[in-house]
Amino acid sequence: MRVIVDLPKCCGAGQCVMIAPKVFDQQDDGIVILLDEKPPKELHAAVREAANVCPGAAIRLEESE
Amino acid sequence: MNAPASVLVVGASAGGLAVAEALRREGYAGKLTLLGAERHLPYDRPPLSKKVLSGAWEADKARLRSEAELAKLDAELVLGDAAVHLDAAAREVTTASGRSLRAEVIVLATGLEPRRLPSQEGLSGVHVLRTVDETLALRADLLAGPRVVVVGDGVLGTEIAATARGMGLTVTVVGPQPAPMASQLGPVVGGYLARLHADHGVELRLGVAVSDLVGEGGRVRGVRLASGEVLPADVVVVAIGSRPAIGWLEGSGLRLADGIVCDSRCQAAEGVYAVGDVAFWHHEGLGTGLRLENRTNAVEQGMTVAANILGKDRPYTPVPYFWTDQFDAKIQVFGFLPSDAEVAIVEGDPARRQFVALYGSRGKVKGVLGWNMVKQTRQHRQHVVDGTAWTDAVGKAILVPR
Repeated sequence: MRVIVDLPKCCGAGQCVMIAPKVFDQQDDGIVILLDEKPPKELHAAVREAANVCPGAAIRLEESE
Repeated sequence: MNAPASVLVVGASAGGLAVAEALRREGYAGKLTLLGAERHLPYDRPPLSKKVLSGAWEADKARLRSEAELAKLDAELVLGDAAVHLDAAAREVTTASGRSLRAEVIVLATGLEPRRLPSQEGLSGVHVLRTVDETLALRADLLAGPRVVVVGDGVLGTEIAATARGMGLTVTVVGPQPAPMASQLGPVVGGYLARLHADHGVELRLGVAVSDLVGEGGRVRGVRLASGEVLPADVVVVAIGSRPAIGWLEGSGLRLADGIVCDSRCQAAEGVYAVGDVAFWHHEGLGTGLRLENRTNAVEQGMTVAANILGKDRPYTPVPYFWTDQFDAKIQVFGFLPSDAEVAIVEGDPARRQFVALYGSRGKVKGVLGWNMVKQTRQHRQHVVDGTAWTDAVGKAILVPR
């Protein structure tokens, strides 16, 4: 899995940080920080959930495993 | 319960798309149809009043998914064809073009329709903003006419005002509330928002009613207040709220009130569910019915509905979240901000436009509001989840007089 963040779309909700704090963090202005572009398998479910609920539709996943 | 042979989703915006995607993710292999009234591929609405209206984004940037991503859904996408009738017992939807669509399960995600002023019919230069087409039409008019009056002081009205002012226009906001967004944020933070707008040069005419629009030769010229005063305008934006798009459901057999009435699983009838701005569902945690007009709700509810369609038994009990971006402010709200709430500033300083406020009612924290303090706001959200006692959460924080 590869995580791609479309920064301009990020609206700073922080749902991704709450769901997958090992992969996402936030700058002070709320914009997402991608901590791990290729997260390990045990985090994939959480990362998928974070991408799904993102209210800015800012997280895209490339899955090929 | 077995997976249904077919699912029809009526409404192709964030909520409807969330259902379709969640069904496929969960392994649903049956027939899937996504019906949308607009001709556009599914797009996101929050950017419309901000980055699309200002021109910072081309409209395509607001698209929710690429065509390739949509193709992977393996869904029949029927666009530009509004649903005009539902027979819930027969699980049949009739569209404006005369198509008849049947499915074993139907999900209703038809969202909202904007309220309009009686006098705006037939006047050019008067706009509502809900769709991307309406946004582009408004933008074109704004670029040609420097004096803008926004009628309505809720979330959308204030966002449009901030965007228009950022475009260098002369902007006046007219609304019945004592402060902008007072019904969402309460009078205290509404007051801070009023100051933000005033500091950026937006003229606020608060606590006043609009009686009608003034036109000349079919073009709007101004807004007449109840006092008789006329505010001159080249462009008028009507942002006086929306109502759930349920007119087409009369005679469908569904219970309709403030939206489509659903149980705690978001089910409106056997084989019929509702999602997003149009759904009025029973929130088991709160013990009451609720309808939420926000972006996060649409997706989260969509995911719950997809699970329930596939045989799960999931009550939908979210912590509501909404946000608004105006000028350099990012205002975020988790939970509820009751109008009679006590308000306490627990972080930062409103004078520096950076703070977190807790809202308490009946001895508990009910909501958190953050203004340019994203991380701290997220941390305080836990008080809403936990139902923290007000005195414990607030401690020595500054209580804001009501």
